[in-house]
Amino acid sequence: MLEQTDISWLIGGPQGSGVESGANIFSRACAAMGYEIFGKREFYSNIKGEHSYFVVRVSNNAIHSNINDVTLMAAFDAETIFRHADEVIKNGAIIYDSDLIATKVDEVHNMDLNYKQRLLKYLDSKNKPYTIQGILDIAQERGVNLYPISFRNVLSTMADEVNNPRLKGMVRMFNVLGVSFSLGVLGMPPETLLSSIDAIFAKKQAIADLNKKTANYAYNFATAKFPNFMYRLRQVEKKSGTILVQGYQGTALGKMVCGCRFQPYYPITPASDESVYLESNEILDVKENRPGSTVVVQTEDEISALGMTIGGALTGTRSATCTSGPGFSLMAEMLGWAGINEVPVVITLYQRSGPSTGLPTRHGQDDLMFAIYAGHGEFPKMVYASGDIEESFYDTGRCFNYADVYQVPVIHMMDKFLASSVVTCKRFDSDKITINRGKLLDKIEGDYKRFAFVPDGISPRSKLGLENGIFWNTGDESDEYGHISEDPEIRIKMMDKRHSKLEYMLKTIPPEEQAISYGMSDYCIVSWGSTKGPILDAIDMLKKENINIGFIQMKLLHPFPTDYIKSLLKNVKMVIDVEANQTGQLGLLLKQNLEHSPDYYILKYTGRAMTSTELYDSLKNIMANKAEKRQVLTHGA
Amino acid sequence: MALKIGDYKTQVHNDWCVGCGDFGIVNAIQMALSEMQIPRHQAAIFSGIGCSGKTSHFVNVYGVHTLHGRVLTFAQGAKLANPDMKIIAAGGDGDGLGIGVGHFIAAGRRNLDLTYIIFNNGVYGLTKGQASPTLRLGEKTKSLPTPNTNYNVNPIGLAITSGFTFVARGYAYDVRHLKDLIIAAVNHKGLAFLDVLQPCPTYNDINTRDWYSGMDNLDESKKQHSRIYKLEDTGYDPVVHYDSETEFNEKLTQALIKSLEWDTKIPTGIFYKNEIISQYEKRIMDKIPNYMENPPSSQVVSSNGKPTTDISKILDSMSV
Ligand SMILES: Cc1ncc(C[n+]2csc(CCOP(=O)(O)OP(=O)(O)O)c2C)c(N)n1
Ligand code: SF4
Repeated sequence: MLEQTDISWLIGGPQGSGVESGANIFSRACAAMGYEIFGKREFYSNIKGEHSYFVVRVSNNAIHSNINDVTLMAAFDAETIFRHADEVIKNGAIIYDSDLIATKVDEVHNMDLNYKQRLLKYLDSKNKPYTIQGILDIAQERGVNLYPISFRNVLSTMADEVNNPRLKGMVRMFNVLGVSFSLGVLGMPPETLLSSIDAIFAKKQAIADLNKKTANYAYNFATAKFPNFMYRLRQVEKKSGTILVQGYQGTALGKMVCGCRFQPYYPITPASDESVYLESNEILDVKENRPGSTVVVQTEDEISALGMTIGGALTGTRSATCTSGPGFSLMAEMLGWAGINEVPVVITLYQRSGPSTGLPTRHGQDDLMFAIYAGHGEFPKMVYASGDIEESFYDTGRCFNYADVYQVPVIHMMDKFLASSVVTCKRFDSDKITINRGKLLDKIEGDYKRFAFVPDGISPRSKLGLENGIFWNTGDESDEYGHISEDPEIRIKMMDKRHSKLEYMLKTIPPEEQAISYGMSDYCIVSWGSTKGPILDAIDMLKKENINIGFIQMKLLHPFPTDYIKSLLKNVKMVIDVEANQTGQLGLLLKQNLEHSPDYYILKYTGRAMTSTELYDSLKNIMANKAEKRQVLTHGA
Repeated sequence: MALKIGDYKTQVHNDWCVGCGDFGIVNAIQMALSEMQIPRHQAAIFSGIGCSGKTSHFVNVYGVHTLHGRVLTFAQGAKLANPDMKIIAAGGDGDGLGIGVGHFIAAGRRNLDLTYIIFNNGVYGLTKGQASPTLRLGEKTKSLPTPNTNYNVNPIGLAITSGFTFVARGYAYDVRHLKDLIIAAVNHKGLAFLDVLQPCPTYNDINTRDWYSGMDNLDESKKQHSRIYKLEDTGYDPVVHYDSETEFNEKLTQALIKSLEWDTKIPTGIFYKNEIISQYEKRIMDKIPNYMENPPSSQVVSSNGKPTTDISKILDSMSV
């Protein structure tokens, strides 16, 4: 039997110093050895200088989240050491730039005052100097291995050896040094490092070569100097058909496959990565057809983005946009227009922490209620949430089908945690996606009424340019042709026709697409979105202790599948609501629809994603009857 | 069979005030469509919100009555997805130059091949006569409690400096001339802007029909002079003929100077026309060569309900 490996690696440095590509090299190298990867990026709303870090969890078992513990840390600046040394476990190790050892807390200019004060107090309480030395002493006393390396010396010795004086003092190589030292310390095969660098810098051969030279040197340096690290990563059995994928790629690939051919957008973190990725893959391979393409347009604002999307959808084109909270706010008026005109559009909503610009680069699930209630007046729409990156690929396909079949705007809930995670998952399978355009017509004869009253409430849809298919749209109430009407009887019929779709959705969407039940027990977690990963892992940890907790992952959040959820919860004694927001928004929905509030809330709104560790702790407290009704999680810098 | 003007009219009751300039504009649009013989299903009128916004309901082609200030966003989206459509966007001056002015400028910078007509009456008609962005500073139309406190926008100048490649002005009561301008605008390859002076007899008691026709614009002999004149009658050449900076600047400058004329002499006709600047469609084709022959709306995305897009190369590069 394989021994169980489950380590967590952290790389940190100033924003703009290559933390992300460092993490990508590491992740790819580990994935190539057969490991499962779960990596998450944290960064400030800043371009250069502020603290940025990536934690990559590596395991030979299925993993879905991060944990609190760090096994190995590679720090190439002082702030990373100050902020994360305490997370490194006993027998773990810190690889750090030894030139920083005397750096004082006060000298780290980017670190905010509040944190500095807490740090000084902490060092004081342990009787340590206010320096890197001080914080590392504490770690060492806990049994953490310290691996000091002068990053500059390594570079300059290497520069001499390979006769490339340019390398001397090339600070932007620090990230590659950090990664390479780490692979050396972990005893990973050097080829993984080199081929990973090749893959990451595939388009820039010169950079790849320089990086590989440096990596090779640093790798050998670390293996020679620190050969005895307890944790080792060896080749493990590789699951075939595995891909390493970044969060935003799931929806983008989903959009390509399911036929989205038009995506206007306005830049906003963390949503724009998706559009930029779509644009960089604008020209599409198409089977048995002329090459396809996705037209991606950067608009002047989000109002325009959704306006154009709607315009595109009116031509019968599958059209979408993506945004996050502040942008979605601007779209609210457009959303109502799409609603009253029954236009199928998909809005991929990457939530982040609000209100307002809030924590612009941090995670949150604050926008559930906003998505459900966005827009004035009453009109049907759908709100659908994905729980992880693999799901987001297939869900994107579903969202477009829902939009077309029910002729409503669909808001696909994603978030920052999903967008900026890197994970291994099963290669996406396009064959599992079906395309259902609903009642979109290709041919029309006779008198055509775009908003004809039909029994199922869904009038056959024409598109701009279709012969005999002329229709009118208006944001005003209208008759069956789409001409303005203020007639009270027509008003009732039109309102009822539109709203009947909500019932129809619940009747026709298969239950397994509405919510996923991961087993039931007396205790049951109810949640939605990216909390899925930490929840699955925490439940697993509890299962090993013979504690069973059920879990319902809500996917369809509006219209709310009341009957189905009621039936799932029939025998449950205690409901625990887990969410990344302050007010427990799903809890409110449960109360509204099930007339029953959750018994416990586990909430996190620091802007950092939940770890399974803290969730596990919190659930244990609830089981032990030692918990407040509302638990607030706080892990993470 | 040839399409007649009547074929471009809907049965919808028109509720504009008696004497409103909007009637002339909608007639001119219908005349232009029938003269060009554009099949009804290949044309769409997008409109904004305001009295003018109802235009799309009166024309018997695809009609999309959108949101206040947002008409260009919808219209451009449709055009990008289906570049074969002939698209006319229509809206008020408050609509396009107040709430929608950001979209106006952005659209100019794009230069998609469509036509935008602003019904310029100096007031917000449908909300009962507040000052619109084209009303001059200090003027007091009848429903303003105090004189207008804002300087006015110059729609022609703004269009020229925003990148519109066809900029013209018409007059709502000179329907034939307006019809010709609409045809020229629709045939123009690129984004065309048409500023239409539209008397609003209900709320604008300054820029009235009589005012435009010069009832008060008298010379020593007490002879009345229409304020409106046609640029083409003066030998004015709006066209940028060749690709040189000097030529561009000359034509831009003369158009800007003309755009400043008001009060006693108001030019109509084409101020500026430039087909040398690339259309947005061409700029897309630089990235996606077959965009025009296989635009978003005509792509085949599935066969028997299964996707036809093949992402296997991308997935291969992600494989570990
Ligand atoms: C977002 C928004 N704000 C305000 C309004 C109210 N509104 C309706 S029409 C109008 C003014 C229209 O004026 P203008 O564009 O000049 O057109 P006109 O009525 O003169 O043709 C306004 C402000 C609205 N419909 N939507
Ligand atoms: S208010 Fe003015 S613009 Fe509106 S319909 Fe009446 S006359 Fe025309």
